Amino acid sequence: MPLPDFVMYDEEYQRIKAVATRLKDDANAKIVFLVDKNGQQIAACGDLGSIDTTSLASLTAGNVAATDGLAKLIGEKEFSILFHEGEKDNLHISIVGKRGILVVIFDNRSTLGLVRLRVKKTSAELERIFDVIEEKAKHQFEGEKEYESPFAEITENDIDKLFGDD
Amino acid sequence: MAFINHSAKEINCKLVYYGPGLCGKTTNLQYIYNKTNPDLKGKMISLATETDRTLYFDFLPLNLGTIHGFKVRFQLYTVPGQVFYNASRKLILKGADGVVFVADSQDARYEANIESMVNLRENLEENNLKLEAIPYVLQLNKRDLPNVTPVDELTEALRFKGEPVFESVATVGTGVFETLKSCAKQVLNKLGR
Repeated sequence: MPLPDFVMYDEEYQRIKAVATRLKDDANAKIVFLVDKNGQQIAACGDLGSIDTTSLASLTAGNVAATDGLAKLIGEKEFSILFHEGEKDNLHISIVGKRGILVVIFDNRSTLGLVRLRVKKTSAELERIFDVIEEKAKHQFEGEKEYESPFAEITENDIDKLFGDD
Repeated sequence: MAFINHSAKEINCKLVYYGPGLCGKTTNLQYIYNKTNPDLKGKMISLATETDRTLYFDFLPLNLGTIHGFKVRFQLYTVPGQVFYNASRKLILKGADGVVFVADSQDARYEANIESMVNLRENLEENNLKLEAIPYVLQLNKRDLPNVTPVDELTEALRFKGEPVFESVATVGTGVFETLKSCAKQVLNKLGR
């Protein structure tokens, strides 16, 4: 059975944001970014400036997916950490739980060791929040809890309007 | 698998353009990119070889507008069509909310279309998705070329669940937005259920 849709409410979103912000500060990082494995951005904090976050999310997910494929080829379950070193900025990518990817961008004001240490602690916290999200989604999927989809009352007219200007 | 963010009031859906090599998947995305208002689109990314063949994927984020207070975003992906890139194709289908199959109408590509369709079904299954259940559209591309298989014949060979079929010439945009709209519509209708 495919995973149900990923539904995130404000409560969990605020918790995720707070955890990500703390990681950014504790690790002296520039940006902390959380993506789901399908390439959707979940949360971001830090000096995003001119960074194209949508592209960052999709390329990160593609990168992780390709690396996952490589891991399986050599009989590993996954490579849980990817690290890309640049001249100024570095990219630390790690898997969180079943569906999350945590991206930390840092420069020479921090170190790989510090980032790894802080990421480890944060991952455990994020995993717990993801579990809550998944648990809620599962209940909705199985119909145990009433879930009002924002699209429950969608009409053909609503959809046509989206394409009105093409 | 759509991502519904109640906090940001956003909904993100993933559509994948599938089909044999050189059938026009990237051309579909390029046309959509060129014809979409700059405020509504993000950057198009193409991970391609030096000869412009898709190596991994093309990616185009679109903001379609708002429904019931939620911003509706679609992320369009293409897969690399060449047979030997199957591992990558499988990865890109992960979490897809809808699939557009772009068929190459030329006689010479008749079998390549069928092969790619079989491959799509297998790869969906490996991702716990079913072609029977996923929002799906069939596009018959390159209708302007000589030596194309008649529409009826190609439809009979490739259509299998009464999905919408569109004739297209992606290079000039014929049928491109109709295809996208039809697939997006199915995805949104499914979310409402």
